[in-house]
Amino acid sequence: MVQTVKTTATTARTPLYAGRRRRNAMMIVLAWFAALFGMAWLALILGALLWEGLSGVSLRAFTEMTPPPGSGGGLLNPIVGSLILTGLGVAIGTPIGILAGTYMAEYGRYNKLTSVVRFINDILLSAPSIVVGLFVYEILVRPMGHFSGIAGAVALAIIVIPVVVRTTEDMLLLVPNTLREAAAALGLPRAYVVHRIAYGAARAGIVTGILLAIARISGETAPLLFTALNNQFWSTNLNAPMASLPAVIFQFALSPYNDWQRLAWTGALLITLAVLALSIIARALSSSDKN
Amino acid sequence: MNVITEHAQTTVPAVANKPLDTAQLEPKIAIRHLNFYYGDARALKDISLTLYKNTVTAFIGPSGCGKSTLLRVLNRMYDLYPNQHSEGEVIFDGDNILAPKQDLNLLRARIGMVFQKPTPFPMSIFENIAFGVRLYEKLPNSELEYRVEHALRRAALWDEVKDKLKANGLSLSGGQQQRLCIARTVAVKPEVILFDEPCSALDPISTAKIEELIDELKADYTIIIVTHNMQQAARVSDFTAFMYLGQLVESGSTQKIFTSPGDQRTQDYITGRFG
Repeated sequence: MVQTVKTTATTARTPLYAGRRRRNAMMIVLAWFAALFGMAWLALILGALLWEGLSGVSLRAFTEMTPPPGSGGGLLNPIVGSLILTGLGVAIGTPIGILAGTYMAEYGRYNKLTSVVRFINDILLSAPSIVVGLFVYEILVRPMGHFSGIAGAVALAIIVIPVVVRTTEDMLLLVPNTLREAAAALGLPRAYVVHRIAYGAARAGIVTGILLAIARISGETAPLLFTALNNQFWSTNLNAPMASLPAVIFQFALSPYNDWQRLAWTGALLITLAVLALSIIARALSSSDKN
Repeated sequence: MNVITEHAQTTVPAVANKPLDTAQLEPKIAIRHLNFYYGDARALKDISLTLYKNTVTAFIGPSGCGKSTLLRVLNRMYDLYPNQHSEGEVIFDGDNILAPKQDLNLLRARIGMVFQKPTPFPMSIFENIAFGVRLYEKLPNSELEYRVEHALRRAALWDEVKDKLKANGLSLSGGQQQRLCIARTVAVKPEVILFDEPCSALDPISTAKIEELIDELKADYTIIIVTHNMQQAARVSDFTAFMYLGQLVESGSTQKIFTSPGDQRTQDYITGRFG
């Protein structure tokens, strides 16, 4: 009696189980294929960049200005321009982003305002950057009457803010409430709890967010074309058009001149390596936080 | 009747402390007609209870009975969250701590709290303790070091950490972390220490150390402990309050609650028939 029950149970189960195993194997193969497919393109892009751009990476690239067509030159003015624009954009955007994220996670966590701000911030986070460029064109470039470095920095700051708001809020929300309670139980004022305890526990995550924001804006082209435009010559004047690597790549890559195209490849390689370095640092920081 | 008594004698945990005469004791906290609400839900119903100086009072009762809620009223911890409010009075050294004008930071410096899960701050062992002290007192370094050492000795942790005070507080074991939290609380010199199930995440050896510590600490502090563990309540407390469904069913000397409870529900709970 028991024996028969057992046999029917196993015979009934085996085909189901075998089918599940087959489907499992199939999905694993598909997942591998999808991963390889995605990675292959990335590898191809990086390979092409190295192949085309590496030959142009020389001392000249870092010491000479962008040349007129037909003569030699480097990328010094767009490199410095990119550093200034990115640095200033982060300097403006980061404090605003951190403060807003702190308000949302620490002070206004249960407020209606916070959910409204979070919703708008998420829209801003995924807004096309060309819209940001047009916006800054309207509020700064048109009233000033000319393109300028400061307008470019403001456009980049507007892209930085939602990224930093989001990561700051998320990282602070990960700090357990028990830690805040423990700090409050010692009689610590709210500002100390936020500043010394919550920031302390979320520091690596917040810094990672800032690094990722830098990586994001260092390759932005569209918002700069409407704001900082470009500059063929050396200029660190924030009130004048300013060169940047993405804008120079855009201009040079589309040009018919062979030497300009080579410089565009070099510039693209430099940006990619810089972003790669930032991502690796961000990765290292967030994993060191876990240990 | 006789049967019940015998049954009780075999299963009720042995009470360690002799009953104290409340007439000889100084009341430290007097809770009067306290009601507490989470939104519209009433979690504490008309609680009145007196807590005496230099004694240990245990709050016991099944999960959800409101014992942790009651503890969190005593240092106004609930103020960190919206939609929670209390009615009634909690008189602490003559002041109603539920009054709106109460300075919460000063109150919490006087009524310390140790939590269920150890919560070391993300900083060094030394800083974990020095941090709170610096907030209220400006001390020269040598004195601060003395205070930190004293607090760590008080929490029976000094010998284990004296050579690694710069190490991160999170690197300690669970039991050590909990003693670090006790040291941190003691260092700011509170008058009352609230323990919210301080041993529920700890192994038996760490638990024994902390219970020993509580027994020593009551010489200087008024101690209130919430516990799920009736043996623990019997071992460490002088007074016990039994709570059920948001009500204070019965309170009195631990000796009395555990040997001759006045209410059937208390009797059922301490003999393990529910909860």
